[in-house]
Amino acid sequence: MHYLIGNLGHLSVVTAFVTSLVSAFAYWKATTATLQSKDAWLQNGRVAFYGHTFSVLAVVVTLFVIIQQHYFEYHYAYSHSDSHLPGYYLLSTFWNGQEGSFLLWMFWHVIIGVVLIKTQKSWEAPSMVVFALVQAFLTSMILGVVIPGINLKLGSSPFILLRDAINDPIFKLQPDFIPKDGQGLNPLLQNYWMVIHPPTLFLGFGLALPPFAFCIAGLWQKKYMEWVKPALPWALLAGGILGLGILMGGYWAYETLNFGGYWNWDPVENAVYVPWLVLVASIHTMITYKNSGTALKASIILTIAVFILLLYQTFLTRSGILGDASVHSFTDLGLSGQLLIYLFFFLVGAIVLSIIRWKEIPSSEKEASVYSREFWIFLGATTLCLMGFQVLMPTSIPVYNKLLSLIGIQSNLAPPANQVEFYSKFQLWFGVAVAIISGTGQFFWWKKIDKQKLKNELITPAMVTLIVFALIIAFAKIYKPTYLVLTLAGVYLIVSNAKVLLSLIKLNPKLSGGALAHIGVGMMLIGVMFSAGYSKVVSLNNSGMLISKELPTEFNRDNLLLFINEPREMAGYELEYLGERYEPRHKSGYVNKNHVDPTNNPLKVVARQDILFKGTKLYSAKDTFEIYPENTYYEIELRKNGKVSASLFPRVQINDQMGGFVASPDIKRKLSRDLYTHVSLPMNKSEEPEWGKLEELKVQMGEEFYINAKYTSSLEQVTRIDEIDGIPLAPEDVAVKAKIKVQGERETFYAEPIFLIRSKSQVGRISSEINDLGVKLTLLNILPETNEFLIGINARQKDWVVIKALEKPLINVLWLGTGVLMVGFCVAMVRRFKEFEESKKEI
Amino acid sequence: MKKSHIFAIAIIGVAIVIIISTAGDSSTYVNFDEAYQLASNGSTSSIHVVGELTKDADGKITGIEKSADNLSFSFMLVDDKGKAQKVFYNEPMPPDFLRSEKVVIIGSYRNDLFVAKKILLKCPSKYQEQKLNAGV
Repeated sequence: MHYLIGNLGHLSVVTAFVTSLVSAFAYWKATTATLQSKDAWLQNGRVAFYGHTFSVLAVVVTLFVIIQQHYFEYHYAYSHSDSHLPGYYLLSTFWNGQEGSFLLWMFWHVIIGVVLIKTQKSWEAPSMVVFALVQAFLTSMILGVVIPGINLKLGSSPFILLRDAINDPIFKLQPDFIPKDGQGLNPLLQNYWMVIHPPTLFLGFGLALPPFAFCIAGLWQKKYMEWVKPALPWALLAGGILGLGILMGGYWAYETLNFGGYWNWDPVENAVYVPWLVLVASIHTMITYKNSGTALKASIILTIAVFILLLYQTFLTRSGILGDASVHSFTDLGLSGQLLIYLFFFLVGAIVLSIIRWKEIPSSEKEASVYSREFWIFLGATTLCLMGFQVLMPTSIPVYNKLLSLIGIQSNLAPPANQVEFYSKFQLWFGVAVAIISGTGQFFWWKKIDKQKLKNELITPAMVTLIVFALIIAFAKIYKPTYLVLTLAGVYLIVSNAKVLLSLIKLNPKLSGGALAHIGVGMMLIGVMFSAGYSKVVSLNNSGMLISKELPTEFNRDNLLLFINEPREMAGYELEYLGERYEPRHKSGYVNKNHVDPTNNPLKVVARQDILFKGTKLYSAKDTFEIYPENTYYEIELRKNGKVSASLFPRVQINDQMGGFVASPDIKRKLSRDLYTHVSLPMNKSEEPEWGKLEELKVQMGEEFYINAKYTSSLEQVTRIDEIDGIPLAPEDVAVKAKIKVQGERETFYAEPIFLIRSKSQVGRISSEINDLGVKLTLLNILPETNEFLIGINARQKDWVVIKALEKPLINVLWLGTGVLMVGFCVAMVRRFKEFEESKKEI
Repeated sequence: MKKSHIFAIAIIGVAIVIIISTAGDSSTYVNFDEAYQLASNGSTSSIHVVGELTKDADGKITGIEKSADNLSFSFMLVDDKGKAQKVFYNEPMPPDFLRSEKVVIIGSYRNDLFVAKKILLKCPSKYQEQKLNAGV
């Protein structure tokens, strides 16, 4: 038992909590103190925050050591890791649990906090009060302290011992019992995207704190206008990173899950999408304010809203309230109350502060002209907020039910039955509005522009847009009116911003961030429209069978049943299922399951023969190597006009944490479209198959015969053997082994049934199965008088797999657009950070 | 009227449309009798029904019928009022189906058969604290 490290960790958590409170208090004193004592309080606040930083880092290191050293006496290590996870997955184990993900969030906050202390001298005290308070709340979530007297548990500690977390009789007999291995990381999360997606997302959350902290500090210190300057670059950085984090999650889902897409409008996804939209809106109003002095109040409201929405999403995903509505929210750790207090503290605090200061906030009385840039930006920001609002309302349905049940009303409201269809139908039009507004808004760069000038500016992009649009519909054959509108808007957005980009590159490339980001959005809109709107099931099975007597309707089947080595037609391809494969741990490629034998260690197999993959030799016969036993890959060959165009390896993973198995797709990527294939039902190999009736056949040595009327076979030799599976025979026993050659569809197989006479009278027969052909051969008898052998043949249903395949056109435009958007964010952020640095020099 | 007022009215208008549409498009949790009632009144919209699979005395799940080609299946579901109903699902059986404690089906009646478009499963094993596998 390693008690010390857990105690050390817990001590660090408590220290982190106390130091964050001390830091908040000291910084608060620094804002109110007189000039003489101000520096001393500042110093105290700083030291306390450094202390806090150190403690948080100590907690992180301690928890990681527990995981890395496999101390399974700790609940966290036991329930999230095991001893054969590779190092980088141990890292993702760290944030697999709720406590660890809080810790990840705190980790980014302390780093950002230290950067703020070092760079934002004039804002340090008030903004760090907010920072330290946020940290105090977050630390309280992993405190794991029971307040005596009222028996209130504060937070859930990651350093809890297994015996305290799980009530198992073994701990009564053996208090020091340590399991030999942990339960492991959900294999679904053993994916490189899961190593980088959560840290990116939480960094995005963390980066959204500085703008909020500056805004609150500005209101509090009555520096109503000045806060925007330091806040803007951080907001841009947050917008980029959070957007990247969200899209990484989408990409992981596309590659690993099998719902056929990258975005499912699940409440957990919506919960981060909404704050991101509002964050982007706040960036726009801040830019407007910097340029023209309008929209200050809107910037304040939106900046506060972003942070509050992040807290709301934390509550939604971690309180268990989404239970029935979401497929991937966290379980309730009993933190709902604490999470609510966290949410309401900042919600009420920010609202009260804003109300008190509202009258004093300067606002510009002049009406923005329709021909001003401000008007269009403001319009865009409003659209983004409404876009978020539309998602937020239905996502909160479980919350309404809960609230109603608190006042005694039983509500049976359920989320929309088809989430994807429901959200898409609204978001599509918001997308169109965003495209038109941000496409047009770019032409008001030079503030003074009138109707005539606008016409002149618009004429070229409008022409180009129409030409490109016409080309697209001619090639892609879009007929649905809504999609036509979306395509037109998307093209317009790209073309108009490309025009602005071209003129900016000549003028000053540093200013091109906005135009680039908008081009990225336009590409994403078009990519989403095609890949989602024109995604089609290509494994469609128009057999039109009657399903049941009760239902006189014919159903088309979206899935396709493939028997091994029996080609089928699909989407212009010839499709053939070739069998089950393993993935070796240390080499890239796939290994036929029939070419290896199991060992006592489930991770290791022995090669039965030389193993080749795509012409290169992976292993020689008799080699022992490691595999991933939980994963089975189903090799499916795609051929076009007789030529192999791809081999697909969709995966099925035995995963008890997800309730049985999980299928992941294999994607054949082409520039214009992805072909997305996943297994929807694998054959259950653990069940004993149903064998057909025994067929008997008398053959002579070398004589050709047919199995199942299609496989040419012949008996090649019959030899006497002295041992069976390595076990020597007793002296009075006699055994012979037949070697029967069977020509399969693609491969030649050898069956080796054994005929055995024990103690001179007892007959034993060991059949030999050819898995890929679904036949079992038995040497039934030897007939010396006619020189014949009696062979028994049993057949079963051949191996099969049920697959579903989808086509996703132009999905690469979406990924490319994402990249362009990120570049745009970066360019804009660099510019604003430089601006802020220069403004500091001026003072 | 100032432009900003028109703007504000427009925003409020859109917000109201959103709220109404949320209320209108949201589904409801009902039992089979209510679902049948809805369908016989001509409604084809999807609703949620929560229920449990039928089991025999040994706790074995009964009433599952797979199609010959494994591409679809039907099962019996008992709602919270105790009414058992045959449900058809035009997809292969989900892997954790037989282990699920509760099944939420989203779909509607077609004649006397409930056709599920989507199935959500609540599995006991997924999140609950498991018993320790002592001796491992």
